[in-house]
Amino acid sequence: MSASATVVSGGRPRGLWRGRLFVAGLVLSLAVGFATLGALLVDVLKKGVPFLDRALLLNPPSSNPDIAGARPAILATLYIGLLLIAFTVPLGVGTAIYLEEYANRERWYNRLLEINIQNLAAVPSIVYGILGLAFIVRGLGVGRTVLAGAMILTLLVLPTIIIAAREAIRAVPDSIRQGAYALGATKLQVVARQVLPAAIPGIATGSILALSRAIGETAPLIVIGALTYVSFNPTLLGPFTALPIQIYQWTRLPDEDFKLLAAAGIIVLLAMLLSLNALAIWLRNRYQKKW
Amino acid sequence: MAAPDVTAGARPDSRLRAPGRRWSEDAVKLGLGLCALVSVATTAGIVVALLVPALEFFREVSIVDFLTGTEWAPLFEPARFGAIPLLVGTISITLWACVVCMPFGLGAAIFMSEYAGDRTRKLLKPLLELLAGIPTVVFGYFALTFFTPLLRRIGLDVEIFNALSAGLVIGVMLIPTVASLSEDAMSSVPIDLRSGAYALGSTRLQVATRIVVPAAISGIAASYVLAISRAIGETMIVLIAAGQQANLTFDPMRAVETMTAFIAATGSGDTPTGSIEYKTIFAVGLTLFLITLVMNAVAIRLVRRFREVYE
Repeated sequence: MSASATVVSGGRPRGLWRGRLFVAGLVLSLAVGFATLGALLVDVLKKGVPFLDRALLLNPPSSNPDIAGARPAILATLYIGLLLIAFTVPLGVGTAIYLEEYANRERWYNRLLEINIQNLAAVPSIVYGILGLAFIVRGLGVGRTVLAGAMILTLLVLPTIIIAAREAIRAVPDSIRQGAYALGATKLQVVARQVLPAAIPGIATGSILALSRAIGETAPLIVIGALTYVSFNPTLLGPFTALPIQIYQWTRLPDEDFKLLAAAGIIVLLAMLLSLNALAIWLRNRYQKKW
Repeated sequence: MAAPDVTAGARPDSRLRAPGRRWSEDAVKLGLGLCALVSVATTAGIVVALLVPALEFFREVSIVDFLTGTEWAPLFEPARFGAIPLLVGTISITLWACVVCMPFGLGAAIFMSEYAGDRTRKLLKPLLELLAGIPTVVFGYFALTFFTPLLRRIGLDVEIFNALSAGLVIGVMLIPTVASLSEDAMSSVPIDLRSGAYALGSTRLQVATRIVVPAAISGIAASYVLAISRAIGETMIVLIAAGQQANLTFDPMRAVETMTAFIAATGSGDTPTGSIEYKTIFAVGLTLFLITLVMNAVAIRLVRRFREVYE
């Protein structure tokens, strides 16, 4: 940018070349990101595809990379995903409705609530792991279980879902509310029968995107000690290991074959996340209304 | 219509009476308020969870030693609790991340906001979102098994675990963050400013670099601050690719340990509850939390400033 300081008096052709050079720089900026993304995907596919078989999906982990699988980890990730939906959607949407439809912005506690949510969204995920370790795993005595993992990830993605749901609710035009009030609807009726149904596509899209972020989270689960050898199917209140943690575990092992197995695990994880994202994009395009 | 019933005048039709407060309406509001309380409780929980054990830690280890000590070896005998190596490791990684995400993120934002047409933008945005959606454990794997060997192949004498590879990959991961926030800031610069500059004979380059970027500078700065805060808080990439040795060095070729990597490594071990090693997690976590809290406050301030300018 400092190079442009001398442009002012420059003649046309000179400026033209500077402009072209500048655009080339901008395109390069984008290319850095996309080249890395491409290299990452190609690298993972090349290494992982040979190990992408039934054994990976159906077998428990093993010290022999040829028969080792990630079944317990994949199941635990699915369980966590289901629990997350059950926990985060009511809490997140409830908070968003409160802030958008009920809260009086003039009150200090409502402003505090907003700042609080903004701040929570920027807290590093590992700090949520510490919170979970102190209060959920040990304080509440939930232990190092699937339930504890889901509760921690719930707190982690709640701010994201609240922010997405608020945007969706805010996008519902006020005329809809006024119209309903004019017909004699109560506040509850306006919110439950007009605003919420109109905001559902936006809320669903935001929630799915947040869910896909949570499923890939590793650090907070490591802190609560999900880094264990689990060879049986997980239960709600039993020890567990999630798919990203299984990948981390395999990456740490010195045997090169386990690194390839990790790549196969990454393919499974990315496939799960991509289908969630595709679902979110489809929902957005299919149901989102333009007012 | 029949004439109004005069005898009923004293008692109006019950259906037209203003209804009393409906308890269901209040109950719903209360329920929603309780949902909102969960996030307040989360913050309170984080503060208490970090502060109480951290204070116990600082009763045993002086805070001056913690913040100025140059040796970090909490699991050794005798234990050393100088956090400087962890801080230096974190700063070193963050610097390398910034080297990548700041120029390239801004470049991508300028391209999307000032140069790309609608169709190009519609193609680029989901691709950037895809990059942003890759889990960090995957980036960590990529840094360790692809990027570090690549650095060696181009002649850099890096250790297997090193700060450079982890930092640069974090930087790439943060490009979408910087790009999308900066682009928001640039898109909100009024078109009039651009038109005015064009009318005075400016080139596209001049409009972009002297009108749009300066006008959006606080939004861009906010995106930078947020990226720094996320680089500081990043765990998996450093845990996998930067190693777990608390070396006091800015040498990017060598292994370092960051605050986050220490927390993750110690938390996953079998440190007994209540021991001093266990409490170090919270002391380091508190430091991390305070740093990111301050950075976030700065970012919110900056964003608010740029919003005020044109409304």
